[in-house]
Amino acid sequence: MKAARLYVAQRLTAALMAPLVIGHLAVMFYATSNGLSAADILGRTSGSVGWALFYGVFAVAVAVHAAIGLRAISIEWAGASEQAADGLMLISGSVLALLGLRAVAAVVFPGAL
Amino acid sequence: MTASSGTDPLEVLVWRGKSDGRYQRFEVPRRDNQTVLDVVTFIQRECDPTVSYRFACRVGMCGSCGMTVNGRPRWTCRTHVSTVADDNQLQIGPLANLPLIKDLVVDMTRFFEKWQAAGGTFVPTKSRHDEIAMLRPSEPARVSADAAVECINCGVCFAACDTVRWNEDYLGPAALNRSWTLVNDTRDGGQAGRLQALAAHGGCTACHSHQSCAEHCPKGLNPTRSIAGLKRRTMAAYLKGEISR
Amino acid sequence: MATGGEIRRDTGYRRNALWWAALVHRISGLALALFLPLHFLALGLAIEGEAALETFIRWSDTPAVKVAEAGLVFLLVAHLVGGLRVMVIETFAWRPGQKALATAGLAVAAISGGLFLIRVI
Repeated sequence: MKAARLYVAQRLTAALMAPLVIGHLAVMFYATSNGLSAADILGRTSGSVGWALFYGVFAVAVAVHAAIGLRAISIEWAGASEQAADGLMLISGSVLALLGLRAVAAVVFPGAL
Repeated sequence: MTASSGTDPLEVLVWRGKSDGRYQRFEVPRRDNQTVLDVVTFIQRECDPTVSYRFACRVGMCGSCGMTVNGRPRWTCRTHVSTVADDNQLQIGPLANLPLIKDLVVDMTRFFEKWQAAGGTFVPTKSRHDEIAMLRPSEPARVSADAAVECINCGVCFAACDTVRWNEDYLGPAALNRSWTLVNDTRDGGQAGRLQALAAHGGCTACHSHQSCAEHCPKGLNPTRSIAGLKRRTMAAYLKGEISR
Repeated sequence: MATGGEIRRDTGYRRNALWWAALVHRISGLALALFLPLHFLALGLAIEGEAALETFIRWSDTPAVKVAEAGLVFLLVAHLVGGLRVMVIETFAWRPGQKALATAGLAVAAISGGLFLIRVI
């Protein structure tokens, strides 16, 4: 049942991301209040399996979670049909996952271009 | 009617016509212990006999007199004018989220269709020849059902719910609340089909827990709590494979 | 009060703290979802090398951007707290006092945003 599947996915990614968000907030507080430069940041993330996993999982989870949320908003606030909402969900989820994983790759393998 | 309280008359705006209608202004003498239903009745009897509205018991038992009063859906027979009339003004309209027939009368068909679609119908498992089912009020399932069972289908929660307004497929708080009482009914034999309907698009997963329903229910029921219970029950069934994937 | 035209819509219940909590949750989610591609593109500059990312970090070192970042922190914490509210309602047995919790949650989000702002400005 699709509605049930989406509901479970939304709650699971939410539960997964709760600690990831707290971790990310800690990282941002540290990086910004210590005025880290790109060199400082990339020095820590470059080649790091830990950061790759942390943010890789985060990127995929947020792509799923945001896509399902946008689907609900499009139905309830933009009057979209179920099919149109599903389309929006697939497109937004793919774009977010792609850009997110690209960003993770960028900081783990900087200067790869 | 009780004695006049000797103040200025009420200025009452009543919705007339269909969705392309307008508010019509009436003056109604202010009385002590006056309900909004008294006001509407006065208007229909003394001012304009063409005003259409619904009521039955007048004492808060039947749920027929639901209307939007100064922006909030409520029972007009249990709403005292003194609690809602700011500056002697009242604005009375039909219940929201349902098709308007005329003036203050809405078409409740959709409300009851969703009731059925949510599995709000009891599915018996025994005949008159079987022993009577033993239900103990103290059993957890019965406690859950009893907390929600007093609903009289007045439609106020349905009118108050934003998700009903935003999502035409959403079954709504009343239908889901009733379904919850049957999910907890140990005599009922239709759980599989009911849970399937509840887990579908527009079912319990569509509720965002705004709790406007609980805020407005004239009987103090809590459909959000019932729906939360339904979410747990349907998800358990889904994860166990009892609902088709 | 209006005399013609539209049937007046419900406005009374919107003062309910839990309704606001749900609205903040949705708006913050929408804002974050729209912001994320920009965030990912900015970080993705590192693919071109450290210099590209450093240029961006320098650009973002202005008070206006810092305020915007504090706003994002607020949105993120607000969305997290709002989500926890939903998860608690749906997972556990009902408990009274939710409105107080919802208000407290909003306060936590505001404080987090404020703390961030203080530390970076």
